[in-house]
Amino acid sequence: MAGLELLSDQGYRLDGRKATELRKLQARMGVFGQADGSAYMEQGNTKALAVVYGPHEVRGSRSKSLHDRAVINCQYSMATFSTAERKRRPHGDRKSSEMSLHLKQTFEAAVLTQLYPRSQIDIYVKILQSDGGNYSACVNAATLALVDAGIPMRDYVCACTAGFVEDTPLADLCHAEESGGGTTLSLALLPRSESIALVQMDARLHQDHLPALMEAATVACKGLSKVLDDVVRQHLQEVSVQTRE
Amino acid sequence: MAVDMRLPARKQAFLPAIHSSSDGKHLVVPGDVITSDTGFMRGHGTYMDDEKLTASVAGEVERVNKLICVRPLKTRFNGEVGDVVVGRITEVQQKRWKVGTNSRLDSVLLLSSVNLPGGELRRRSAEDELTMRDYLQEGDLISAEVQSVFSDGALSLHTRSLKYGKLGQGVLVQVSPSLIKRQKTHFHNLTCGASIILGNNGYVWIYPTPGHQDEEAGGYYTSLEPVPLSDREIISRLRNCLLALAAHKVMLYDTSILYCYESSLTHQIKDILKPEIVDEIVMETHQRLLDQEG
Repeated sequence: MAGLELLSDQGYRLDGRKATELRKLQARMGVFGQADGSAYMEQGNTKALAVVYGPHEVRGSRSKSLHDRAVINCQYSMATFSTAERKRRPHGDRKSSEMSLHLKQTFEAAVLTQLYPRSQIDIYVKILQSDGGNYSACVNAATLALVDAGIPMRDYVCACTAGFVEDTPLADLCHAEESGGGTTLSLALLPRSESIALVQMDARLHQDHLPALMEAATVACKGLSKVLDDVVRQHLQEVSVQTRE
Repeated sequence: MAVDMRLPARKQAFLPAIHSSSDGKHLVVPGDVITSDTGFMRGHGTYMDDEKLTASVAGEVERVNKLICVRPLKTRFNGEVGDVVVGRITEVQQKRWKVGTNSRLDSVLLLSSVNLPGGELRRRSAEDELTMRDYLQEGDLISAEVQSVFSDGALSLHTRSLKYGKLGQGVLVQVSPSLIKRQKTHFHNLTCGASIILGNNGYVWIYPTPGHQDEEAGGYYTSLEPVPLSDREIISRLRNCLLALAAHKVMLYDTSILYCYESSLTHQIKDILKPEIVDEIVMETHQRLLDQEG
Protein backbone atom coordinates (compact mmCIF):
# COMPACT_ATOMS: atom_id res chain seq x y z
CA MET A 1 0.00 0.00 0.00
CA ALA A 2 1.48 3.27 -1.08
CA GLY A 3 2.38 5.90 1.46
CA LEU A 4 1.68 3.85 4.55
CA GLU A 5 4.88 2.64 6.10
CA LEU A 6 4.04 -0.28 8.36
CA LEU A 7 7.50 -0.61 9.80
CA SER A 8 9.82 2.37 10.03
CA ASP A 9 13.55 2.17 9.47
CA GLN A 10 14.04 2.40 13.21
CA GLY A 11 11.87 -0.69 13.67
CA TYR A 12 8.75 1.01 14.97
CA ARG A 13 5.23 0.31 13.80
CA LEU A 14 2.38 2.71 13.07
CA ASP A 15 1.26 2.90 16.69
CA GLY A 16 4.80 3.10 18.04
CA ARG A 17 5.19 -0.52 19.02
CA LYS A 18 8.20 -2.73 18.34
CA ALA A 19 7.70 -5.70 16.02
CA THR A 20 7.06 -8.25 18.77
CA GLU A 21 5.26 -5.98 21.18
CA LEU A 22 1.62 -6.69 22.10
CA ARG A 23 -1.05 -4.08 22.60
CA LYS A 24 -2.26 -3.20 26.05
CA LEU A 25 -4.43 -5.94 27.48
CA GLN A 26 -7.18 -5.44 30.01
CA ALA A 27 -9.78 -7.93 31.11
CA ARG A 28 -12.43 -8.49 33.71
CA MET A 29 -14.34 -11.60 34.67
CA GLY A 30 -17.86 -11.96 35.99
CA VAL A 31 -19.33 -8.81 34.49
CA PHE A 32 -22.92 -10.09 34.39
CA GLY A 33 -24.92 -11.65 37.19
CA GLN A 34 -27.47 -13.37 34.98
CA ALA A 35 -25.15 -15.54 32.91
CA ASP A 36 -23.22 -18.58 34.15
CA GLY A 37 -19.98 -16.95 33.07
CA SER A 38 -18.98 -13.68 31.47
CA ALA A 39 -15.90 -11.63 30.66
CA TYR A 40 -14.86 -8.37 29.07
CA MET A 41 -11.62 -8.03 27.17
CA GLU A 42 -9.70 -5.11 25.69
CA GLN A 43 -6.80 -5.72 23.37
CA GLY A 44 -5.65 -2.26 22.44
CA ASN A 45 -8.71 -0.68 20.92
CA THR A 46 -10.45 -3.95 20.19
CA LYS A 47 -13.09 -4.60 22.81
CA ALA A 48 -15.02 -7.83 23.19
CA LEU A 49 -17.68 -9.10 25.52
CA ALA A 50 -18.24 -12.84 26.04
CA VAL A 51 -21.07 -14.60 27.84
CA VAL A 52 -21.41 -18.32 28.56
CA TYR A 53 -24.60 -20.18 29.43
CA GLY A 54 -24.56 -23.80 30.40
CA PRO A 55 -24.03 -26.64 30.42
CA HIS A 56 -27.78 -26.97 30.11
CA GLU A 57 -30.39 -29.12 28.42
CA VAL A 58 -30.27 -28.89 24.62
CA ARG A 59 -32.72 -26.23 23.50
CA GLY A 60 -34.51 -26.31 20.20
CA SER A 61 -34.39 -29.53 18.24
CA ARG A 62 -33.48 -32.45 20.46
CA SER A 63 -31.77 -34.21 17.54
CA LYS A 64 -28.79 -31.91 17.99
CA SER A 65 -27.88 -33.44 21.33
CA LEU A 66 -24.99 -35.89 21.41
CA HIS A 67 -25.17 -38.91 23.67
CA ASP A 68 -21.50 -38.90 24.63
CA ARG A 69 -20.54 -35.25 24.90
CA ALA A 70 -21.79 -31.68 25.08
CA VAL A 71 -22.66 -29.54 22.07
CA ILE A 72 -20.90 -26.20 21.89
CA ASN A 73 -22.93 -23.44 20.36
CA CYS A 74 -21.13 -20.21 19.46
CA GLN A 75 -22.56 -16.98 18.26
CA TYR A 76 -20.40 -14.12 17.10
CA SER A 77 -21.72 -10.66 16.43
CA MET A 78 -20.44 -7.15 15.95
CA ALA A 79 -22.07 -4.07 17.36
CA THR A 80 -23.44 -1.55 14.86
CA PHE A 81 -21.05 1.06 16.19
CA SER A 82 -17.99 -1.19 16.33
CA THR A 83 -16.27 0.02 13.17
CA ALA A 84 -15.50 3.45 11.72
CA GLU A 85 -18.40 3.07 9.36
CA ARG A 86 -21.72 2.63 11.10
CA LYS A 87 -23.41 -0.40 9.67
CA ARG A 88 -26.28 -2.66 10.57
CA ARG A 89 -25.05 -6.20 10.91
CA PRO A 90 -27.85 -8.72 10.63
CA HIS A 91 -27.51 -12.04 12.38
CA GLY A 92 -26.19 -14.92 10.37
CA ASP A 93 -24.39 -13.06 7.65
CA ARG A 94 -21.59 -14.94 6.01
CA LYS A 95 -18.73 -13.34 7.87
CA SER A 96 -20.15 -13.78 11.34
CA SER A 97 -21.30 -17.35 10.76
CA GLU A 98 -17.80 -18.23 9.59
CA MET A 99 -16.37 -16.65 12.73
CA SER A 100 -18.91 -18.53 14.87
CA LEU A 101 -17.80 -21.78 13.27
CA HIS A 102 -14.14 -21.01 13.93
CA LEU A 103 -14.88 -20.23 17.57
CA LYS A 104 -16.81 -23.47 17.90
CA GLN A 105 -13.93 -25.50 16.48
CA THR A 106 -11.46 -23.73 18.75
CA PHE A 107 -13.38 -24.45 21.92
CA GLU A 108 -14.26 -28.01 21.01
CA ALA A 109 -10.53 -28.62 21.15
CA ALA A 110 -10.17 -27.15 24.62
CA VAL A 111 -13.36 -27.85 26.58
CA LEU A 112 -13.69 -31.32 28.12
CA THR A 113 -17.07 -31.85 26.46
CA GLN A 114 -17.20 -35.59 27.16
CA LEU A 115 -17.97 -34.81 30.82
CA TYR A 116 -21.38 -33.41 29.90
CA PRO A 117 -23.30 -35.85 27.72
CA ARG A 118 -26.58 -34.62 26.18
CA SER A 119 -25.89 -31.03 27.26
CA GLN A 120 -25.24 -27.79 25.49
CA ILE A 121 -22.84 -24.95 26.20
CA ASP A 122 -23.65 -21.58 24.68
CA ILE A 123 -20.92 -19.04 24.03
CA TYR A 124 -22.01 -15.60 22.83
CA VAL A 125 -19.37 -13.04 21.90
CA LYS A 126 -19.86 -9.51 20.78
CA ILE A 127 -17.28 -7.11 19.42
CA LEU A 128 -17.97 -3.65 20.85
CA GLN A 129 -15.12 -1.93 19.12
CA SER A 130 -13.11 -3.37 16.29
CA ASP A 131 -9.48 -2.53 15.69
CA GLY A 132 -7.99 -5.69 14.24
CA GLY A 133 -7.64 -9.11 15.80
CA ASN A 134 -11.38 -9.61 16.33
CA TYR A 135 -11.06 -13.37 16.34
CA SER A 136 -8.30 -13.38 18.93
CA ALA A 137 -10.10 -10.93 21.22
CA CYS A 138 -13.20 -13.14 21.02
CA VAL A 139 -11.26 -16.31 21.83
CA ASN A 140 -9.52 -14.70 24.79
CA ALA A 141 -12.73 -13.20 26.16
CA ALA A 142 -14.60 -16.50 25.71
CA THR A 143 -11.81 -18.37 27.51
CA LEU A 144 -12.18 -16.11 30.52
CA ALA A 145 -15.96 -16.47 30.42
CA LEU A 146 -15.67 -20.28 30.34
CA VAL A 147 -13.29 -20.22 33.31
CA ASP A 148 -15.77 -17.97 35.12
CA ALA A 149 -18.58 -20.42 34.41
CA GLY A 150 -16.55 -23.26 35.93
CA ILE A 151 -16.55 -25.32 32.74
CA PRO A 152 -13.64 -27.80 32.63
CA MET A 153 -10.98 -27.07 30.03
CA ARG A 154 -7.66 -28.70 29.19
CA ASP A 155 -5.94 -25.33 29.33
CA TYR A 156 -6.58 -21.70 28.47
CA VAL A 157 -7.03 -20.98 24.81
CA CYS A 158 -5.01 -17.93 23.83
CA ALA A 159 -5.27 -16.42 20.40
CA CYS A 160 -3.20 -13.82 18.66
CA THR A 161 -2.56 -12.57 15.16
CA ALA A 162 0.76 -12.08 13.42
CA GLY A 163 1.68 -10.44 10.16
CA PHE A 164 4.67 -10.30 7.89
CA VAL A 165 6.12 -7.02 6.68
CA GLU A 166 9.52 -6.46 5.09
CA ASP A 167 10.89 -9.82 6.21
CA THR A 168 9.89 -9.10 9.81
CA PRO A 169 7.07 -10.87 11.62
CA LEU A 170 4.78 -8.46 13.51
CA ALA A 171 2.75 -9.60 16.51
CA ASP A 172 -0.81 -8.57 17.37
CA LEU A 173 -1.84 -6.52 14.34
CA CYS A 174 -4.08 -3.50 14.57
CA HIS A 175 -6.72 -2.66 11.95
CA ALA A 176 -4.42 -0.48 9.84
CA GLU A 177 -1.83 -3.21 9.65
CA GLU A 178 -4.41 -5.90 8.93
CA SER A 179 -5.94 -3.95 6.08
CA GLY A 180 -2.53 -2.99 4.74
CA GLY A 181 -2.64 -5.89 2.34
CA GLY A 182 -0.05 -8.10 3.98
CA THR A 183 -0.41 -11.60 5.30
CA THR A 184 -2.35 -12.15 8.51
CA LEU A 185 -2.10 -15.32 10.52
CA SER A 186 -4.49 -16.04 13.39
CA LEU A 187 -3.36 -18.64 15.85
CA ALA A 188 -5.28 -20.13 18.77
CA LEU A 189 -2.99 -22.03 21.08
CA LEU A 190 -3.21 -24.11 24.25
CA PRO A 191 -0.08 -22.49 25.67
CA ARG A 192 1.13 -25.09 28.14
CA SER A 193 1.24 -27.96 25.69
CA GLU A 194 1.77 -25.69 22.69
CA SER A 195 -0.94 -27.57 20.84
CA ILE A 196 -2.74 -25.61 18.17
CA ALA A 197 -6.50 -25.28 18.46
CA LEU A 198 -6.92 -23.33 15.23
CA VAL A 199 -4.68 -21.64 12.71
CA GLN A 200 -5.84 -19.56 9.82
CA MET A 201 -4.00 -17.50 7.24
CA ASP A 202 -5.30 -15.30 4.48
CA ALA A 203 -3.16 -14.03 1.60
CA ARG A 204 -0.02 -15.66 0.35
CA LEU A 205 3.27 -16.19 2.06
CA HIS A 206 6.47 -17.84 0.94
CA GLN A 207 6.81 -21.11 2.76
CA ASP A 208 10.31 -20.22 3.99
CA HIS A 209 8.76 -17.42 6.03
CA LEU A 210 6.07 -19.57 7.65
CA PRO A 211 8.15 -20.94 10.56
CA ALA A 212 9.22 -17.42 11.56
CA LEU A 213 5.62 -16.21 11.43
CA MET A 214 4.34 -19.16 13.43
CA GLU A 215 7.08 -18.62 15.97
CA ALA A 216 6.13 -14.95 16.36
CA ALA A 217 2.45 -15.85 16.84
CA THR A 218 3.32 -18.58 19.35
CA VAL A 219 5.45 -16.23 21.42
CA ALA A 220 2.68 -13.62 21.32
CA CYS A 221 0.09 -16.20 22.47
CA LYS A 222 2.29 -17.25 25.35
CA GLY A 223 2.76 -13.65 26.40
CA LEU A 224 -0.99 -13.23 26.27
CA SER A 225 -1.56 -16.33 28.36
CA LYS A 226 0.45 -14.79 31.19
CA VAL A 227 -1.88 -11.80 31.24
CA LEU A 228 -4.97 -14.02 31.20
CA ASP A 229 -3.45 -16.09 33.97
CA ASP A 230 -2.96 -13.00 36.12
CA VAL A 231 -6.55 -11.91 35.54
CA VAL A 232 -7.92 -15.33 36.51
CA ARG A 233 -5.76 -15.63 39.61
CA GLN A 234 -6.69 -12.14 40.72
CA HIS A 235 -10.37 -12.90 40.29
CA LEU A 236 -9.99 -16.22 42.11
CA GLN A 237 -8.29 -14.54 45.02
CA GLU A 238 -10.92 -11.83 45.29
CA VAL A 239 -13.88 -14.19 45.21
CA SER A 240 -12.37 -16.81 47.49
CA VAL A 241 -11.61 -14.20 50.11
CA GLN A 242 -15.20 -13.00 49.89
CA THR A 243 -16.74 -16.44 50.23
CA ARG A 244 -14.58 -17.44 53.19
CA GLU A 245 -16.65 -17.87 56.29
CA MET B 1 -40.81 12.88 39.78
CA ALA B 2 -37.75 12.24 41.89
CA VAL B 3 -35.20 10.18 40.03
CA ASP B 4 -32.26 8.50 41.67
CA MET B 5 -29.21 8.35 39.45
CA ARG B 6 -25.68 7.16 40.00
CA LEU B 7 -22.52 6.91 38.00
CA PRO B 8 -20.85 3.56 37.48
CA ALA B 9 -18.28 2.98 40.19
CA ARG B 10 -15.85 0.17 40.59
CA LYS B 11 -17.20 -2.19 43.17
CA GLN B 12 -14.93 -2.17 46.15
CA ALA B 13 -14.61 -5.26 48.22
CA PHE B 14 -14.94 -4.42 51.87
CA LEU B 15 -14.55 -7.88 53.29
CA PRO B 16 -10.82 -8.32 52.52
CA ALA B 17 -10.20 -5.67 55.12
CA ILE B 18 -11.63 -8.02 57.72
CA HIS B 19 -9.93 -11.18 56.59
CA SER B 20 -6.52 -10.62 55.14
CA SER B 21 -5.26 -12.85 52.33
CA SER B 22 -6.74 -16.30 51.73
CA ASP B 23 -4.50 -18.25 54.04
CA GLY B 24 -3.49 -21.78 53.26
CA LYS B 25 -5.82 -22.17 50.31
CA HIS B 26 -4.48 -23.98 47.30
CA LEU B 27 -5.96 -22.13 44.32
CA VAL B 28 -5.45 -23.43 40.81
CA VAL B 29 -6.41 -22.41 37.27
CA PRO B 30 -7.10 -24.65 34.25
CA GLY B 31 -3.94 -26.36 33.07
CA ASP B 32 -2.10 -26.09 36.40
CA VAL B 33 -0.34 -29.28 37.40
CA ILE B 34 -1.58 -30.21 40.89
CA THR B 35 0.80 -33.10 41.41
CA SER B 36 2.94 -35.41 39.31
CA ASP B 37 2.76 -38.09 42.00
CA THR B 38 0.79 -41.04 40.58
CA GLY B 39 -0.41 -42.20 43.99
CA PHE B 40 -3.47 -39.93 43.95
CA MET B 41 -6.97 -40.46 42.64
CA ARG B 42 -8.47 -38.16 40.06
CA GLY B 43 -11.62 -36.33 41.26
CA HIS B 44 -13.94 -33.73 39.77
CA GLY B 45 -12.31 -30.74 38.14
CA THR B 46 -9.11 -32.57 37.25
CA TYR B 47 -7.77 -34.67 34.39
CA MET B 48 -4.66 -36.71 33.66
CA ASP B 49 -2.23 -35.07 31.29
CA ASP B 50 0.56 -37.55 30.60
CA GLU B 51 0.80 -38.97 34.10
CA LYS B 52 0.33 -35.58 35.72
CA LEU B 53 -2.78 -34.65 37.66
CA THR B 54 -3.92 -31.35 36.13
CA ALA B 55 -6.70 -28.95 37.07
CA SER B 56 -9.42 -28.31 34.50
CA VAL B 57 -11.32 -25.58 36.34
CA ALA B 58 -10.32 -22.52 38.34
CA GLY B 59 -10.91 -23.04 42.02
CA GLU B 60 -9.77 -24.48 45.28
CA VAL B 61 -8.08 -27.88 45.63
CA GLU B 62 -9.76 -30.26 48.05
CA ARG B 63 -8.06 -33.38 49.28
CA VAL B 64 -9.83 -36.29 50.90
CA ASN B 65 -7.18 -38.91 51.67
CA LYS B 66 -5.98 -39.96 48.20
CA LEU B 67 -8.71 -38.21 46.25
CA ILE B 68 -8.01 -34.82 44.76
CA CYS B 69 -10.84 -32.58 43.52
CA VAL B 70 -10.95 -28.98 42.39
CA ARG B 71 -14.10 -27.15 43.39
CA PRO B 72 -14.89 -24.29 41.01
CA LEU B 73 -16.05 -20.97 42.45
CA LYS B 74 -19.22 -20.93 40.45
CA THR B 75 -20.92 -23.83 38.79
CA ARG B 76 -24.27 -25.31 37.96
CA PHE B 77 -26.16 -27.31 40.56
CA ASN B 78 -24.83 -30.81 41.17
CA GLY B 79 -27.69 -32.60 42.87
CA GLU B 80 -27.37 -35.26 45.53
CA VAL B 81 -30.03 -37.60 46.87
CA GLY B 82 -32.09 -35.86 49.54
CA ASP B 83 -31.50 -32.30 48.32
CA VAL B 84 -34.48 -29.98 48.45
CA VAL B 85 -34.94 -28.17 45.15
CA VAL B 86 -37.26 -25.55 43.73
CA GLY B 87 -37.83 -25.93 40.01
CA ARG B 88 -39.93 -24.88 37.08
CA ILE B 89 -41.86 -27.27 34.85
CA THR B 90 -40.45 -26.99 31.33
CA GLU B 91 -42.22 -29.84 29.61
CA VAL B 92 -45.06 -32.31 30.12
CA GLN B 93 -44.33 -35.73 28.67
CA GLN B 94 -45.79 -39.22 28.88
CA LYS B 95 -45.85 -40.20 32.56
CA ARG B 96 -43.31 -37.53 33.50
CA TRP B 97 -42.68 -33.84 33.84
CA LYS B 98 -39.40 -32.20 32.93
CA VAL B 99 -38.27 -29.70 35.55
CA GLY B 100 -35.69 -26.97 35.11
CA THR B 101 -33.59 -26.92 38.28
CA ASN B 102 -30.47 -24.95 37.33
CA SER B 103 -28.81 -28.32 36.82
CA ARG B 104 -26.90 -29.25 33.68
CA LEU B 105 -29.75 -31.42 32.45
CA ASP B 106 -33.45 -30.99 33.11
CA SER B 107 -34.68 -33.07 36.04
CA VAL B 108 -37.45 -35.63 35.78
CA LEU B 109 -40.55 -35.80 37.97
CA LEU B 110 -42.33 -39.09 37.35
CA LEU B 111 -46.09 -39.28 37.63
CA SER B 112 -45.57 -42.23 39.97
CA SER B 113 -43.51 -40.15 42.38
CA VAL B 114 -46.07 -37.46 43.13
CA ASN B 115 -48.92 -37.48 45.64
CA LEU B 116 -52.02 -36.91 43.61
CA PRO B 117 -54.92 -34.87 44.98
CA GLY B 118 -57.21 -37.07 46.99
CA GLY B 119 -54.32 -38.28 49.03
CA GLU B 120 -55.06 -41.97 48.51
CA LEU B 121 -52.36 -44.29 47.29
CA ARG B 122 -53.40 -45.95 44.10
CA ARG B 123 -52.05 -47.13 40.79
CA ARG B 124 -51.63 -44.40 38.23
CA SER B 125 -54.11 -45.06 35.48
CA ALA B 126 -54.14 -43.95 31.87
CA GLU B 127 -56.66 -41.35 32.93
CA ASP B 128 -54.14 -39.79 35.29
CA GLU B 129 -51.69 -39.54 32.40
CA LEU B 130 -54.21 -37.58 30.39
CA THR B 131 -54.90 -35.13 33.20
CA MET B 132 -51.26 -34.52 34.08
CA ARG B 133 -51.45 -31.01 32.75
CA ASP B 134 -54.23 -30.21 35.23
CA TYR B 135 -51.86 -30.78 38.13
CA LEU B 136 -48.74 -29.19 36.72
CA GLN B 137 -48.31 -27.36 33.48
CA GLU B 138 -45.41 -25.63 31.79
CA GLY B 139 -44.16 -22.70 33.82
CA ASP B 140 -45.45 -23.91 37.19
CA LEU B 141 -43.05 -23.81 40.09
CA ILE B 142 -42.67 -26.77 42.40
CA SER B 143 -40.65 -27.74 45.43
CA ALA B 144 -39.36 -31.29 45.48
CA GLU B 145 -36.68 -33.59 46.79
CA VAL B 146 -34.03 -35.41 44.78
CA GLN B 147 -34.91 -39.08 44.75
CA SER B 148 -32.03 -40.42 42.67
CA VAL B 149 -29.39 -39.37 40.22
CA PHE B 150 -29.25 -41.00 36.79
CA SER B 151 -25.98 -42.16 35.27
CA ASP B 152 -25.79 -39.16 32.94
CA GLY B 153 -26.17 -36.75 35.86
CA ALA B 154 -29.86 -35.93 35.43
CA LEU B 155 -31.92 -35.86 38.61
CA SER B 156 -35.08 -37.74 39.43
CA LEU B 157 -37.36 -35.84 41.80
CA HIS B 158 -40.24 -36.79 44.05
CA THR B 159 -42.91 -34.83 45.91
CA ARG B 160 -44.14 -37.65 48.15
CA SER B 161 -44.64 -35.51 51.20
CA LEU B 162 -47.09 -32.80 52.10
CA LYS B 163 -44.36 -30.21 52.34
CA TYR B 164 -43.47 -30.58 48.67
CA GLY B 165 -45.67 -29.76 45.72
CA LYS B 166 -46.84 -26.89 43.60
CA LEU B 167 -45.93 -23.38 44.72
CA GLY B 168 -48.65 -20.76 44.68
CA GLN B 169 -48.18 -17.10 45.45
CA GLY B 170 -44.74 -15.85 46.34
CA VAL B 171 -41.45 -14.60 44.97
CA LEU B 172 -38.60 -16.58 43.42
CA VAL B 173 -35.02 -15.43 43.92
CA GLN B 174 -32.21 -17.12 42.00
CA VAL B 175 -28.76 -17.17 43.57
CA SER B 176 -25.67 -19.30 43.11
CA PRO B 177 -26.18 -22.86 44.47
CA SER B 178 -22.92 -22.61 46.42
CA LEU B 179 -24.42 -19.89 48.62
CA ILE B 180 -27.10 -22.13 50.13
CA LYS B 181 -25.94 -23.62 53.39
CA ARG B 182 -26.80 -27.31 53.78
CA GLN B 183 -29.04 -27.79 56.77
CA LYS B 184 -31.35 -30.28 58.36
CA THR B 185 -34.37 -28.41 57.07
CA HIS B 186 -34.66 -26.04 54.16
CA PHE B 187 -38.20 -24.95 54.97
CA HIS B 188 -38.38 -22.11 57.42
CA ASN B 189 -41.26 -20.12 58.88
CA LEU B 190 -39.37 -16.95 59.67
CA THR B 191 -40.43 -14.99 62.72
CA CYS B 192 -40.77 -11.84 60.63
CA GLY B 193 -44.00 -13.23 59.17
CA ALA B 194 -43.11 -15.01 55.93
CA SER B 195 -41.91 -18.45 54.99
CA ILE B 196 -38.98 -19.41 52.85
CA ILE B 197 -37.81 -22.48 50.95
CA LEU B 198 -34.05 -22.50 50.40
CA GLY B 199 -33.61 -24.87 47.46
CA ASN B 200 -30.17 -26.47 47.31
CA ASN B 201 -30.12 -25.55 43.64
CA GLY B 202 -29.95 -21.85 44.43
CA TYR B 203 -33.64 -21.17 43.87
CA VAL B 204 -35.21 -19.55 46.90
CA TRP B 205 -38.96 -19.27 47.27
CA ILE B 206 -40.45 -16.66 49.61
CA TYR B 207 -44.15 -16.95 50.38
CA PRO B 208 -46.67 -15.86 52.99
CA THR B 209 -46.84 -18.31 55.91
CA PRO B 210 -49.77 -20.62 55.18
CA GLY B 211 -52.54 -20.70 57.77
CA HIS B 212 -53.38 -24.39 57.63
CA GLN B 213 -52.36 -27.34 55.53
CA ASP B 214 -55.08 -28.85 53.42
CA GLU B 215 -54.43 -32.58 53.66
CA GLU B 216 -56.84 -33.47 50.91
CA ALA B 217 -55.03 -31.53 48.21
CA GLY B 218 -51.79 -33.46 48.63
CA GLY B 219 -49.62 -30.45 48.05
CA TYR B 220 -51.32 -29.47 44.80
CA TYR B 221 -53.71 -26.94 46.18
CA THR B 222 -52.82 -23.33 45.49
CA SER B 223 -54.49 -20.50 47.28
CA LEU B 224 -55.52 -17.59 45.11
CA GLU B 225 -56.67 -15.41 48.01
CA PRO B 226 -55.24 -11.90 47.84
CA VAL B 227 -52.17 -11.55 50.04
CA PRO B 228 -52.42 -8.61 52.47
CA LEU B 229 -50.16 -5.65 51.84
CA SER B 230 -48.22 -6.16 55.06
CA ASP B 231 -47.24 -9.69 54.00
CA ARG B 232 -46.25 -8.48 50.55
CA GLU B 233 -44.03 -5.84 52.10
CA ILE B 234 -42.31 -8.43 54.25
CA ILE B 235 -41.78 -10.64 51.20
CA SER B 236 -40.34 -7.78 49.15
CA ARG B 237 -38.02 -6.81 51.97
CA LEU B 238 -36.83 -10.39 52.30
CA ARG B 239 -36.25 -10.59 48.58
CA ASN B 240 -34.10 -7.47 48.57
CA CYS B 241 -32.22 -8.73 51.62
CA LEU B 242 -31.48 -12.03 49.86
CA LEU B 243 -30.12 -10.17 46.85
CA ALA B 244 -27.96 -8.04 49.12
CA LEU B 245 -26.54 -11.07 50.90
CA ALA B 246 -25.96 -12.88 47.61
CA ALA B 247 -24.14 -9.87 46.15
CA HIS B 248 -21.66 -10.08 49.01
CA LYS B 249 -21.44 -13.87 48.89
CA VAL B 250 -22.79 -14.45 52.38
CA MET B 251 -24.06 -17.99 53.01
CA LEU B 252 -27.85 -18.13 53.12
CA TYR B 253 -29.63 -19.85 55.99
CA ASP B 254 -32.42 -18.88 58.38
CA THR B 255 -30.23 -16.96 60.84
CA SER B 256 -28.30 -14.93 58.27
CA ILE B 257 -31.51 -14.02 56.46
CA LEU B 258 -33.27 -13.01 59.67
CA TYR B 259 -30.33 -10.91 60.84
CA CYS B 260 -30.17 -9.17 57.49
CA TYR B 261 -33.91 -8.56 57.61
CA GLU B 262 -33.63 -7.00 61.04
CA SER B 263 -30.68 -4.80 60.02
CA SER B 264 -32.65 -3.58 57.03
CA LEU B 265 -35.67 -2.44 59.05
CA THR B 266 -34.32 1.10 59.39
CA HIS B 267 -34.40 1.53 55.61
CA GLN B 268 -37.19 1.67 53.11
CA ILE B 269 -37.68 -1.50 51.11
CA LYS B 270 -36.65 0.01 47.79
CA ASP B 271 -33.52 1.50 49.32
CA ILE B 272 -32.16 -1.94 50.17
CA LEU B 273 -31.12 -2.26 46.52
CA LYS B 274 -28.75 0.72 46.68
CA PRO B 275 -25.10 -0.36 46.85
CA GLU B 276 -24.13 1.78 49.85
CA ILE B 277 -27.07 0.53 51.89
CA VAL B 278 -26.37 -3.04 50.79
CA ASP B 279 -22.81 -2.60 52.11
CA GLU B 280 -24.11 -1.25 55.39
CA ILE B 281 -26.68 -3.91 56.17
CA VAL B 282 -24.51 -6.79 55.02
CA MET B 283 -21.68 -5.50 57.19
CA GLU B 284 -24.04 -5.35 60.16
CA THR B 285 -25.37 -8.85 59.46
CA HIS B 286 -21.84 -10.15 59.16
CA GLN B 287 -20.90 -8.64 62.48
CA ARG B 288 -23.92 -10.14 64.23
CA LEU B 289 -23.15 -13.55 62.76
CA LEU B 290 -19.56 -13.32 63.97
CA ASP B 291 -20.72 -12.22 67.43
CA GLN B 292 -23.12 -15.12 67.60
CA GLU B 293 -20.42 -17.62 66.68
CA GLY B 294 -18.45 -16.16 69.56
